Amino acid sequence: MVNRECGVFFSTYAADMRLFPLPLTRWTMVGIAGLGFVVFPLVASDYFLNIANLVCIAAVGAIGLNLLVGYTGQISVGHGAFIAAGAYAGALVVTRAGLPFWIALPFGGLMAAVVGAFFGIPSLRIKGLYLAIATLAAQFIIEWLIIHIEWISGGAESTVTVPKAAIGPWVLDTLLEQYFLNLIVLSLAIVFAMNLVRSPIGRAFIAIRDRDVAAEVIGVNLFRYKLLAFAVSSFYAGVTGILYALYLGAANYEQFDIATSIDFLAMIIIGGLGSILGSVFGAFFITVLPMALRVAVDGAVTAALFLFPAANISHVVQSMTAVKLILFGGLIIVFLIVEPEGLNKLWRNIKDYFRVWPYSY
Amino acid sequence: MNDRTRGRAGGGCMTDQADGRPFLKVEGVSKSFGGVRALSEIELEVNRGEIRAIIGPNGAGKTTLINLISRVYPPDRGRITFAGRDITRVPTHRIASVGIGRTFQNVALFRGMTVLDNLMLGRHPLMRPGIFSSGIYWGLAQKKEVEHRARVEWIIDFLEITHIRKTLVAALPLGLQKRVELGRALAGEPTLLLLDEPMAGMNVEEKEDMVRFIFDINEELDKTIVLIEHDMGVVMDISQRVSALDFGVKIAEGTPDEVRANPAVIEAYLGTAAQQASR
Ligand SMILES: Nc1ncnc2c1ncn2[C@@H]1O[C@H](COP(=O)(O)OP(=O)(O)OP(=O)(O)O)[C@@H](O)[C@H]1O
Ligand SMILES: [Mg+2]
Repeated sequence: MVNRECGVFFSTYAADMRLFPLPLTRWTMVGIAGLGFVVFPLVASDYFLNIANLVCIAAVGAIGLNLLVGYTGQISVGHGAFIAAGAYAGALVVTRAGLPFWIALPFGGLMAAVVGAFFGIPSLRIKGLYLAIATLAAQFIIEWLIIHIEWISGGAESTVTVPKAAIGPWVLDTLLEQYFLNLIVLSLAIVFAMNLVRSPIGRAFIAIRDRDVAAEVIGVNLFRYKLLAFAVSSFYAGVTGILYALYLGAANYEQFDIATSIDFLAMIIIGGLGSILGSVFGAFFITVLPMALRVAVDGAVTAALFLFPAANISHVVQSMTAVKLILFGGLIIVFLIVEPEGLNKLWRNIKDYFRVWPYSY
Repeated sequence: MNDRTRGRAGGGCMTDQADGRPFLKVEGVSKSFGGVRALSEIELEVNRGEIRAIIGPNGAGKTTLINLISRVYPPDRGRITFAGRDITRVPTHRIASVGIGRTFQNVALFRGMTVLDNLMLGRHPLMRPGIFSSGIYWGLAQKKEVEHRARVEWIIDFLEITHIRKTLVAALPLGLQKRVELGRALAGEPTLLLLDEPMAGMNVEEKEDMVRFIFDINEELDKTIVLIEHDMGVVMDISQRVSALDFGVKIAEGTPDEVRANPAVIEAYLGTAAQQASR
């Protein structure tokens, strides 16, 4: 009985304003957390743990980008650069100053936030595609700085090697330990973002997105809140950058180029603009889809060579690689046609179905 | 915050009426857009507690005047004072905390939000959210939210929109959207309300409701109101004084009867009617 919206009434405003007002959603969240923290680590192989690690790390950055693009309506294609800024700042703190990773995480985040807020200044004058181009400049400028300032890049390859995260003498060097680290950071990122968007700050973000003139007249300081959105979003990006550096063992600017920015935009569009959980779904989708396609295509290559032993191997592999890219793009397009509001909408539909279940009309 | 309290005190009924200073004063204000002279040398004085109507044919400059008072853009020339304070150069986002709230001719609600959240946003100038307390939420931020929510719920009751408080505004008919926008303006606890055609596009019944709300807001909540309205019947009912604009110039001012009988006003309206007829 208590699982459904009908029949649930709230006697205080505080109860009505909870993060998950309905008991059903609350329990669903507990269930998902249980799966992530207990069941999955017990059963997953290293292959899947690796995927889960990459998804968790990407999801943090996707949430950050969604706060800026989906909630505040400011388009940015500089996210990759802000991730790089955090990765290098964090890596340098760990390697040069010898500080532990749990200081590097907020420090790299803050550095990225400062850089992001700086490159967000044009948003006070320009919007939409013009702003996108301005943030594109961030991508090139930061890349250039990292390559050309030797103090940052540490020499020709522009790679800073980062030791694994450690808590005192305990080094988190297995995939499982790293999974817990990344999952905990992601959980904190989710809770903070969900709280933020229902606070006065989150409302101001959405107001700027929906009607900036009206927002200003009713008292929202556009200057402050646009820069705040860039700063918070870039903080998330910076944390993602350090998590990548810790996980992959190095900070390297080539990992965080314009393609990274595009990937993150794809995540939030596929997941659903203006949705925190959607960002996580999108990060999952964009991380896993190429891997799944690779498995499928490898299978197809083997099958082709088995059926036509006379075929030219390199030709088959080449054409299959092309097919993989086409499929990746094609699936995204099909997906957007079927569900333009993203994976989060799909999730809502499922929830709505169960919310009124069994009275499904 | 300080400005706000000062604004309130300065705008008190006693002081203002006693020393004869108007609550809102517009002096020699002009505004052009490129070649279009939208307003020239406008003078306007509104007393505290008044309901002032502004009328005029299409393109007369009524909306421009309200935009200038609410600091959407600055005037080219002239001075605007409110509650004894020069607000000509106040930053736009400060105008709400100065005590001026407004609605827009083409409803400017935040469409992706519920009625409740729109009204909560109306209270934004009364909030000082911190980034960390907001992200952590439980504790301080929640306590403040509950307090603001209580005030907003009072306005929701007052405007009789309890049944739609959790509805997305985009899903509401125009009449209700206008009422929600009025609520959003009220939520900021203004002392002066600027309403740009609050009854446009409404049916008779909705208009009657709106007239009743405007009266109550004026009398019970003690708000001074400046409204733009085309419907002369409504204007006659609602306002003590009327100012008429035409081609950016104030052509008449007085009681509704005086203004309606004014030859310049008749000319202005007949002129447009004749123009429209000849088209
Ligand atoms: N932002 C703007 N840019 C250019 N011209 C403008 C702008 N705003 C108003 N105008 C022009 O200024 C004049 C006055 O416009 P305004 O909107 O104030 O008229 P109004 O009296 O509110 O008319 P209506 O009854 O149609 O709302 C018009 O000629 C209009 O075209
Ligand atoms: Mg107008």
